[in-house]
Amino acid sequence: MFAAENGLKGDPRLKGISDSITVVPHFPKPGIMFQDITTLVSNPKAFKDTIDIFVDRYRDMDISVVAGVEARGFMFAPTIALAIGAKFIPLRKPGKLPGEVISEAYELEYGKDRLEMHVGAVQRGERALVIDDLVATGGTLSAATRLLERVGAEVVECACVIGLPEVKGRCRLGGKPLYMLVEPRQ
Amino acid sequence: MAAQIVDSTDDRISRISSSIRVIPDFPKPGIMFQDITTLLLDPKAFKDTIDLFVERYKDQNINVVAGIEARGFIFGPPIALAIGAKFVPMRKPKKLPGEVISEEYSLEYGTDKMEMHVGAVKAGERALVVDDLIATGGTLSAAIRLLERVGVDVVECACVIELPELKGRDRLGDKPLFVLVS
Repeated sequence: MFAAENGLKGDPRLKGISDSITVVPHFPKPGIMFQDITTLVSNPKAFKDTIDIFVDRYRDMDISVVAGVEARGFMFAPTIALAIGAKFIPLRKPGKLPGEVISEAYELEYGKDRLEMHVGAVQRGERALVIDDLVATGGTLSAATRLLERVGAEVVECACVIGLPEVKGRCRLGGKPLYMLVEPRQ
Repeated sequence: MAAQIVDSTDDRISRISSSIRVIPDFPKPGIMFQDITTLLLDPKAFKDTIDLFVERYKDQNINVVAGIEARGFIFGPPIALAIGAKFVPMRKPKKLPGEVISEEYSLEYGTDKMEMHVGAVKAGERALVVDDLIATGGTLSAAIRLLERVGVDVVECACVIELPELKGRDRLGDKPLFVLVS
């Protein structure tokens, strides 16, 4: 669900966040209107507001794990983790994490990729969030959810700054609640 | 309101240092990899890490915190947010959409490139460059060059860990380096 449908309708911060995102046409290929969050993270007010909205939502939900998806999820998840007193867990492309990992495959438009998490990072029964900048098909978030569930964590919610039309009208992704701040800019 | 009690710098650094895990022979034999993911699993150590950087930089009029992909994206944004600066990601090739400038740097075998968005920073802005670790200094010096090419004043490089035997500090030229753990 979008923030505006869940208590933040008319919140001026949402417009500021949306306005701070840049649309780059035909990246990475023709026909894609890329939602570029680098102009959000370089806008201190928009960036702070983004983090504050997530922190306000999650601070009293007994979350002990915030997992962020490489690489843009790393720009948002750690600050949220710090503010709510949770651990930050990076979910990475193959071969990046040293030591023992578990791995989950997911579909790309053409082909497959894998997401890895450290063994032992998360304990059974911990309550977790998954954070990324944007959700399109939900493939990566679903892989992230599966990794956490495989080790017995409870994924409380998946949260993204931007939700693409494929997920519009959906409140859940793979059985888990999905929370998004804004729709894509045109 | 009670005054906040902050542990001494030495106590905080001691906990940060202990929280870092060393993984032998990663990514290849002979390398003792400094793994900061275990620091990130200790909320107090992670908070102390950010606080130590914020305490140092909050009154230095820093406008920009540039973070190097990908582990610099973990430490850079919390610092930027706390000091009211922009966060600017320095990325591997072809990741940033739109117009970029690019700087090549040496690897042990071969070269790689680092990119920054055109227009992300302005001439005269004061910047930090942040990464988890400095080894040879190759990536940090590429980031410094990118920022200086557009007229930014790189005030300091900030890393959690330094590997002093690799002499990365020398590769930064006249730029100071601040680290928590050597």
